[in-house]
Amino acid sequence: MSLSLLGLCPPPDSSDSELELSTVRHQPEGLDQLQALTKFTKKELQSLYRGFKNECPTGLVDEETFKLIYSQFFPQGDATTYAHFLFNAFDADGNGAIHFEDFVVGLSILLRGTVHEKLKWAFNLYDINKDGYITKEEMLAIMKSIYDMMGRHTYPILREDAPLEHVERFFQKMDRNQDGVVTIDEFLETCQKDENIMNSMQLFENVI
Amino acid sequence: MAAGVAAWLPFARAAAIGWMPVANCPMPLAPADKNKRQDELIVLNVSGRRFQTWRTTLERYPDTLLGSTEKEFFFNEDTKEYFFDRDPEVFRCVLNFYRTGKLHYPRYECISAYDDELAFYGILPEIIGDCCYEEYKDRKRENAERLMDDNDSENNQESMPSLSFRQTMWRAFENPHTSTLALVFYYVTGFFIAVSVITNVVETVPCGTVPGSKELPCGERYSVAFFCLDTACVMIFTVEYLLRLFAAPSRYRFIRSVMSIIDVVAIMPYYIGLVMTDNEDVSGAFVTLRVFRVFRIFKFSRHSQGLRILGYTLKSCASELGFLLFSLTMAIIIFATVMFYAEKGSSASKFTSIPASFWYTIVTMTTLGYGDMVPKTIAGKIFGSICSLSGVLVIALPVPVIVSNFSRIYHQNQRADKRRAQKKARLARIRVAKTGSSNAYLHSKRNGLLNEALELTGTPEEEHTGKATSLIESQHHHLLHCLEKTTNHEFIDEQMFEQNCMESSMQNYPSTRSPSLSSQSGLTTTCCSRRSKKTTHLPNSNLPATRLRSMQELSTIHIQGSEQPSLTTSRSSLNLKADDGLRPNCKTSQITTAIISIPTPPALTPEGESRPPPASPGPNTNIPSIASNVVKVSAL
Repeated sequence: MSLSLLGLCPPPDSSDSELELSTVRHQPEGLDQLQALTKFTKKELQSLYRGFKNECPTGLVDEETFKLIYSQFFPQGDATTYAHFLFNAFDADGNGAIHFEDFVVGLSILLRGTVHEKLKWAFNLYDINKDGYITKEEMLAIMKSIYDMMGRHTYPILREDAPLEHVERFFQKMDRNQDGVVTIDEFLETCQKDENIMNSMQLFENVI
Repeated sequence: MAAGVAAWLPFARAAAIGWMPVANCPMPLAPADKNKRQDELIVLNVSGRRFQTWRTTLERYPDTLLGSTEKEFFFNEDTKEYFFDRDPEVFRCVLNFYRTGKLHYPRYECISAYDDELAFYGILPEIIGDCCYEEYKDRKRENAERLMDDNDSENNQESMPSLSFRQTMWRAFENPHTSTLALVFYYVTGFFIAVSVITNVVETVPCGTVPGSKELPCGERYSVAFFCLDTACVMIFTVEYLLRLFAAPSRYRFIRSVMSIIDVVAIMPYYIGLVMTDNEDVSGAFVTLRVFRVFRIFKFSRHSQGLRILGYTLKSCASELGFLLFSLTMAIIIFATVMFYAEKGSSASKFTSIPASFWYTIVTMTTLGYGDMVPKTIAGKIFGSICSLSGVLVIALPVPVIVSNFSRIYHQNQRADKRRAQKKARLARIRVAKTGSSNAYLHSKRNGLLNEALELTGTPEEEHTGKATSLIESQHHHLLHCLEKTTNHEFIDEQMFEQNCMESSMQNYPSTRSPSLSSQSGLTTTCCSRRSKKTTHLPNSNLPATRLRSMQELSTIHIQGSEQPSLTTSRSSLNLKADDGLRPNCKTSQITTAIISIPTPPALTPEGESRPPPASPGPNTNIPSIASNVVKVSAL
């Protein structure tokens, strides 16, 4: 230290440490291929891509950006956990970023898919480790994240065990053979019998 | 909501499908997109420069000129474009705001021109992005100061709003130019300070001899005259101090301020002198006290801006001065020690001890060189010369460093203060935006359910309840409504929440709640079951609160479509405030009152689940297939 104080030592070369990785860019598939993959029309794909590219000029959404964007819709609460689950549900190939293809394929299922496909998508969302079974812990995590989005100022006051209760009710409803997990078949069967759920699945048909 | 984020709203809504299987209640209907057009390019001609953008880009901000129908006034039929006779440079920034959601302030623009343009396009400057906000605020402040200076120089004698006597006095003290009386007072006190200081000085001048005794200072010769002068000055100072004390807005703060301490110190010796008699023991101390009279000269700092600035400067670079002092002390000690030991050998040396050498070192290092102490040995002379050379360095070197340090730190402080002040404002803005959007949701919730009911009864007119929210807003609110339904909880604003908590803490017992319900529901409906001001929660709360509540009490009928044992006791609780915690389970098809505050008769019986019931706390345990046999009866 003292040598450098006396000016005898050259200062350390700090140029190497600033090696910046240029941001990765991604170009989507062609319009025709995407049209084949999804049920959107060309114009819809165009307007979707314009919105997507405007927000994410690099063509990718990483998890942090995704969380930020999704949190803006829920100012009262904390939407980051649910956004994390959503991100995993959309990121089909699990590479940590949502490309436009993932985005548009997911949207196609949600908006233009059959009820069966939508329910499968929802099951995929709840099944955090993608092993084909929804356990109580997974459901509890999902439920907590949904309740987190409500924030603190709710009526009635949010209690600690509200998510747990909700999960219990869910399992009572869905888990036919009471084995503690919900399989895809149990899920589909129960949902198809529930009129409320079936109705609400049609709710967002004309979002685009 | 930022524009770019609005582009993600369809995605957020689609993702809401993930809540559907876990929700227990039916979901509200989505707002219909009535006029769904294909997106088209529109051309904006601004003073000859053509900008083109999508229509939906502009419609992201419906309360600005370009986003609303106001731009139709500028539509040119012949050329099929919108023509604006404004500055194209600034328009570039404005259009980028629509595109990216961030408003930037270009540095080369004049602040007032920019403000004018923003006002024309209906954009509030508060939404300028963080990257440009500081610059904008700085320029705006400079401009405001300039305007204020102009105003001040124009009308100096504007009439102030009537202040209390005390406030006028304080203003007079602080700002002598406000009135002639203040100016007179200012000069009188200044004069007396000067007189007091001069008498202190002249007191000690030898003033000719009285025959028969030695030379006397004037103070003792004309002691009566000086005493009278002193008394007069102290009278004036005391009166001034008491007046200031009376007029000060915060007496405690005034007493602690530096100027008041100086005032007190200046007049204390006189009073102490009056109190103390000519006691031999304390007269020595008394004499010392008179030294403090010289502090009266500091009272001039009220009269001199420069003195105040100097004082502030010294205070603010105290650490640098301290460092200078410390380094000097180190050098003095070193050299004094060296000189002492060097001169130890020589006889009749003045360097009797190290502290005695301090004087030599100081005098030499500051290049004063009185010559009362000089080294005689050769070693002493060598070290003495080293001492004087290094003295120049030690003194001269830190001073520019201090000066530049001071300037740098001063500017840094200014910037940090500015940033801190703006940070609070920035956080406040973010908070306001957040609460704004959540308040918008709560507000539209109350109105929006009305709209839905109206729409379903077939009334084609829109915008019954004042401002129609934009489509994007209504879609966003629908999304939040779905979340409420999924979790069976409602969003409320902070005050309501605080009230709830207070009341719940006051009443710990579930009062008249039916035991089965409480055991079954288990949620804290009980603690919120009694609230005094519930009516704001009603979706149709356009009526004044009390009237609504009384009507509710009279006319609520809860009819259950399916047999749910948990709610058989619901009727018994009807005696309570009816909209009370007995929010029946929305799962069980139930009825709400249909009181609508519009002239049309409230005999609406919309079929199906058009009116989503207020969020109910009571979740149901067993969920059989729910027939949507919701019968709504209005009982008025």
